[in-house]
Amino acid sequence: MELLDIFVTLGFWGALVRMATPLIFGTLGELICERAGVLNLGIEGIMTMGAMVAWMWVYQGGDLWTAVLVAAAAGALFGLLHAVFSVYLGLSQHVTGIGITLLAASLSYFAFRMLLPDVTTPPKIDPFKPFPIPGLSEIPYIGEVLFTQSPLTYLAFVLVPIVGYGLYRTPLGLALRMVGENPMAVEAQGIDVHRLRTCAVMLGSAFMAVGGAFLTISVFDAFYIGMINGRGWICIALVIFASWRPGKALAGALLFAAFEALQIRVQQASSAVIPYQFFLMMPYILSILAMIVMSRRAAYPKALLVPFRKGER
Amino acid sequence: MRLEPRAHVPFWLNITAPLAAVVLAFAFCALLILWAGAPIVPAYTALVKGAFGSTFALTETLTRAAPLIFTGLAAAVAFRAKLWNIGGEGQLYAGALAATYFGTGLVTLPPYLMIPFLFLVGAVAGGLLLLVPVILKLKLRVDEVVTTLLLNFVVLLFANYLLFGPWKDPLAMGWPQAAPIIDEGVLGPLVPRMRLHQGFIWAIAFAVFAWAFIRFTKWGFQIRAVGYNPDAAAFAGMPIGATVLRTALLSGGLAGMAGVCELAGLKGYLTLDISPGFGYTGIAVAMLAGLHPLGVILSAIFIAAIYNGADAMSRAMSISNYLADVLTATALLLVLASVLFVRFRPRLR
Repeated sequence: MELLDIFVTLGFWGALVRMATPLIFGTLGELICERAGVLNLGIEGIMTMGAMVAWMWVYQGGDLWTAVLVAAAAGALFGLLHAVFSVYLGLSQHVTGIGITLLAASLSYFAFRMLLPDVTTPPKIDPFKPFPIPGLSEIPYIGEVLFTQSPLTYLAFVLVPIVGYGLYRTPLGLALRMVGENPMAVEAQGIDVHRLRTCAVMLGSAFMAVGGAFLTISVFDAFYIGMINGRGWICIALVIFASWRPGKALAGALLFAAFEALQIRVQQASSAVIPYQFFLMMPYILSILAMIVMSRRAAYPKALLVPFRKGER
Repeated sequence: MRLEPRAHVPFWLNITAPLAAVVLAFAFCALLILWAGAPIVPAYTALVKGAFGSTFALTETLTRAAPLIFTGLAAAVAFRAKLWNIGGEGQLYAGALAATYFGTGLVTLPPYLMIPFLFLVGAVAGGLLLLVPVILKLKLRVDEVVTTLLLNFVVLLFANYLLFGPWKDPLAMGWPQAAPIIDEGVLGPLVPRMRLHQGFIWAIAFAVFAWAFIRFTKWGFQIRAVGYNPDAAAFAGMPIGATVLRTALLSGGLAGMAGVCELAGLKGYLTLDISPGFGYTGIAVAMLAGLHPLGVILSAIFIAAIYNGADAMSRAMSISNYLADVLTATALLLVLASVLFVRFRPRLR
């Protein structure tokens, strides 16, 4: 297959949109946390937890949409835990985040093994089916790429303008952005900084968990150990790439997904020339390059990583 | 709830608070054991026996502690300077790759030179790998947490390429493994017929070295000062950039030596499962030790004991051995919280 042929195949563009979905959820979630001034390195573990919980829910006979809610609730719970450590106790957000990732991932694996002992091949579930949107899906080409996707993919795309609107056009969004820039000012307005940050981290973590759940109950039909495989860390790089803006986060997620989708196809086309490991490295190297390119323009939320204690300056 | 700084920290609190945290972690995991349908006391007895109950168990625990001491020191040294090196895993593999490159026949020296040489090349490789994100941090203010993390994946994939490609040992019957380290470079056993090897002694020696370096040298003082208050350190005329670079070389070097330790001491040849996440566990080791290099020895042995003990327990009671990871993560978070309560007094309003 010629390289240029890849770009005209429907499969490539459809895969791109599909692969962007977990990145969109994760990046939006991390963006909300960081806008409120909290770096959430728990993302990798929270996505794992979301993937496991949602899969297990469906496997035990639960309904797919309830599984999404259960995953979101589990994510919010770990977000609350992260907030207790990083917001209320004001501990180093780096270290507590790593701790949350270790805890959430190992608890997911433990629970998975506990509920399914003596299983060698991972059992399967019936995942979300592609849902063609009536009318729109009949548009040639575009319909097949954009409007014949999993319902969770539509949800991810719809969330981008909602988060953008919420952050920039509502009083709550203003407060949330301010709490990441200047918590003293928010406190002066009579808003509880700790409570606001905690809500933001819980909401963001719920998004991340749904991103993980997408992998198990929409793309794959099974849960594997290590299936998140660094996607969470890529989301963190994407937030910086997006300069903390939801619209750019969507663009970044699509760009990365394009690369991921391309990588698989180029790998099949030219495995003899370049070893496939180098293609697999590309998302990680691209993340680092993206951070380098964006670093000059990076306008970090000013209170990111800074714990807030009442009555302290 | 409100946190007030304590004017005076009672000595007993410094010791009891982390201990209480560890006890709480065990209590939390007792719930998981109950969930698994196993009795708690026999399960924990099996854990302790599996960690320390026999010469075999004890030497296995110390064998596992050796790389954790190295990666724990790597995290402790870096975190002291507020350099968030989360790339221990990648640096470990970089060290192992360098030792494989030089140690499988390219260089032959008598053992008393060959072994230090391997540790040196491993340390250089690990240090150089960390240097990349640190230079990006200093020059372009690129966040080192994410870059060090992402490099872990890159290095592992590179090792994967080498082991499935040019470095694949034709004598390995198709397994992805490199040629064995030459005999002169192998770390001999410490106890006859056991796996415990000289790498453990090297680990202890480097812990003492790291402690003395941080505690007594000018450069060590600068590392502490930069971590404590970079602005004050800069005001006092300290070379911030140079200090961070030195810290990176030291931290990455220590993590690289973890790879050499496992390669030359345990396996003898490079495989892709040479580390079951020692680089990440090292972060927990360092935090449990309060970033104190000598404390790292104890906390590495403690965590190694949890892993070995949990393996034994999972065999005896059929509980998933991921329990060890849960226990470590819980202990890490609770110890972090406990240290805070040592420094601050919680006041309910």
